Amino acid sequence: MMCIACAAAALDRGGVTLTRKESSPIPVEADSICPDRFAALGPSDIARLPAFYGRRQVTLGDLFEIEGTGAMDITVTGDLAAVKKIGHGMTMGRVTVHGPVGQHTGAFMGGGELVVLGDAGDWLGAYMAGGRLVVHGDAGHYAGGAYSGDTKGMRGGTIVVRGSVGREAGAHMRRGLLVVLGDAGEFAAAKMLAGSFFVRGRLGRRAGAGMKRGTVVAFGEPAASLPTFRYTCTYRPVFMRYYLRRLVELGLVAEGELEGEVFRRYIGDLTNGGRGEVLVRAESE
Amino acid sequence: MRRVNGVEIEDTFAEAFAMWGTRLVVTADSLEWARTAASAATGFATSIIGCGCEAGVNELGAGDGTPDGRPGLAVLVFTMSRKDMEKQLLLRVGQTIMTCTTTACYDGLPRGEERLKIGGKLRYFGDTFQRSKLLEGRRLWRVPVMDGEFVVEESFGVSKGVGGGNFFIMAADLEHALAAAEAAVAAMRAVPGAIMPFPGGIVRSGSKVSSRYKGQNVSSNTPYCPTLRGFEKSELREGENAVLEIVIDGLTEKAVAEATRAGVAAACRDGVLRISAGNYGGSLGQFKFALHDLLPG
Repeated sequence: MMCIACAAAALDRGGVTLTRKESSPIPVEADSICPDRFAALGPSDIARLPAFYGRRQVTLGDLFEIEGTGAMDITVTGDLAAVKKIGHGMTMGRVTVHGPVGQHTGAFMGGGELVVLGDAGDWLGAYMAGGRLVVHGDAGHYAGGAYSGDTKGMRGGTIVVRGSVGREAGAHMRRGLLVVLGDAGEFAAAKMLAGSFFVRGRLGRRAGAGMKRGTVVAFGEPAASLPTFRYTCTYRPVFMRYYLRRLVELGLVAEGELEGEVFRRYIGDLTNGGRGEVLVRAESE
Repeated sequence: MRRVNGVEIEDTFAEAFAMWGTRLVVTADSLEWARTAASAATGFATSIIGCGCEAGVNELGAGDGTPDGRPGLAVLVFTMSRKDMEKQLLLRVGQTIMTCTTTACYDGLPRGEERLKIGGKLRYFGDTFQRSKLLEGRRLWRVPVMDGEFVVEESFGVSKGVGGGNFFIMAADLEHALAAAEAAVAAMRAVPGAIMPFPGGIVRSGSKVSSRYKGQNVSSNTPYCPTLRGFEKSELREGENAVLEIVIDGLTEKAVAEATRAGVAAACRDGVLRISAGNYGGSLGQFKFALHDLLPG
């Protein structure tokens, strides 16, 4: 005979798969697809969790076939292009999404791991505070950012986008690491407060505009520097070696995917104190 | 009577004490500069009696990468209290590692029982231009220096370790005692998590905790001084004309035991007559390393 806590833990150890029943362009808000919400629930309980289909409140069971039990390993498949807020606020477990997936995926994440096998929409990992979010395709605008009018976006954790991101990625970042292995659109890391933003491909125009602190690293084609940034030196930053090694150790990037030893350092934005920095890999110039 | 290679292993034990220990990983552009920094950081750190800490260098194993992938070494530091440890680390990291060109200093004991803020205090050297980087829970400080940046971890793990493990090598003459001690230290340096804090890993001025002078707490270990045989009660036997001691500190009891075993085994060679160990009758130290248990017959 198991106690309630042991029974709940046993339930959580398994895996649950949610398969979208139909394809539809009507937006779905599914912030209940989250390990924290699934904890200690069986399939019927999970099916009763709320979601929004357009403006109509429904249940997850109305939208998804649900198989298995378990909070710690959730797989979501089917047509998810209009499904928003998967993994919203999650703090534990692992969610695997067979994208493309809609907006706000992993927004407000505090822990755990969210993997998107495909593309993701806008506001990926917005306000993220912890955990790891990996997108194997492209991501939309405002990855790791904040909602319009707000001043602090991502504040912890790590986001890796293996494709490209749209505009204003990392805007208002407060802490954490955002790695883009493709290109980044314009105004990347705009108004950044702190944190790190690495781009392997082309860094778009006006990167770091208005940044206060923090680090933007361009491994690929150098950004056209804003006039409010000032060149300081060309050097070998030891912390970059640490970061690149840790990213490989954590399995977030493969050996040799991000490389660089010598960087040109620009400080800025001088209109906002000039304590931020843009490092441009010297070998790429 | 137990003998190894004809050398008598006395049926006694080393008595050791609890100390606080930490492990720093020092890296640099070359192993030579890492060693220079590590040597400076572990200088004047033979005995807590007069140095404030005991410290030594540990080679990294072949499979042990460093946090930034550059060549590096581990520095082990032992003190009697966490407060002393913080004081020593601030001094030694700040004055010897930060000052040494191309170096960086990382926490080598991330699972330590407690953490001491070291980089988080040394950062003020940066005069407001220091920058922090936080990745997966570990915070680094980048302090601007004239050759670029000194990278130091925010805090270092400390754990309760073991200090004062020891054994004595009694030989027919100094040449044989020294050769045996050198062989022992060479073998012991391969043991991770253990250091021999004295110069070259060897002590010639072993001490006892008493003195004929008022106000002096320790004095020469006269029972083991061959030149005093006849004046003092001697622990030396006929034919034993030179004694060298090896003191061992370790992050764990197991590391000290393994280092002692390796050292004693290596020291049993020609010209060595006996291996013994120092203790206070078992009444003072929390740890006992019985030589016969370490080298079963």
